[in-house]
Amino acid sequence: MRIFAFRSVLHHGRDVACQQAVELVTDYLEGTLSRAARRRFEAHLSGCPHCTEYLAQMRETIKLTGQLAPEDLTPQMRAEFTDLYRRWRSEQQ
Amino acid sequence: MDSDAELVHRLRSGDEHAFTGLVERYHQPMLALAASFVPNLAVAEEVVQDTWLAVLRGLDGFEGRSSLKTWVFRILVNRARTTGTREQRSVPVADPEPAVDPARFDGAGGWADPPEHWIEAAEGRVEAGKLAHRVRAWIDELPARQREVVLLRDVEGMSSEEVCTVLSLTEGNQRVLLHRGRSRLRQLFEDEFREAR
Repeated sequence: MRIFAFRSVLHHGRDVACQQAVELVTDYLEGTLSRAARRRFEAHLSGCPHCTEYLAQMRETIKLTGQLAPEDLTPQMRAEFTDLYRRWRSEQQ
Repeated sequence: MDSDAELVHRLRSGDEHAFTGLVERYHQPMLALAASFVPNLAVAEEVVQDTWLAVLRGLDGFEGRSSLKTWVFRILVNRARTTGTREQRSVPVADPEPAVDPARFDGAGGWADPPEHWIEAAEGRVEAGKLAHRVRAWIDELPARQREVVLLRDVEGMSSEEVCTVLSLTEGNQRVLLHRGRSRLRQLFEDEFREAR
């Protein structure tokens, strides 16, 4: 239950350690941290270049994952799906 | 891009191109998602084919309460689950799994082995088109539940609400799975460029 332990640290107002900060990145990006927890997280970032780099890397990971373009259908698959559609149409009539 | 209502109308009135266009957009992510639930790719392909037929047959019942995409993926996941032999959601999400290897921190929880820079190197490889197949392979190797969330959220760009609907997850569990999946991928990027050096 480490993650939840990290959260409770935040709620008790102590400083955030790097090991805790990396567990909060997704909650931070998703906007689900409380306002106080968000402030403490950002205060940690402002004094920690490594965690700032880590957050940038998580953002980059999301960006690069989102750039994967779907591969084109092969002509054979396209023909199969056209056929599937025609069969469905004919069962409609 | 067509609105869902327009697309449904075209599908129902015999527009083959509307259908192949839809298949073109969603086939690959559907196949990747189905493969997460069933024993092999051949079965995943069958599930996807069955799903498309179910989508066509169910068009009259599509009420537009969710997006067409969410509706299609939900049909897919239901079929894949019925077909799949995977243990029924037995792994508890609450099991701890740190985002970063604890050995990289000192006793006070500060970085002992801080993250290495790789963003610029990765950007270069993306532009050269060399990284995409590696990233796909990394996603394929994620634990199934993390993979499903990452595929829908980060590859397909669905909202967290849509992902929860498609995969029948709570917001909290969705976020934990997303966090672990993204954290693993970040580590894999770092490893990739550390080795390349």
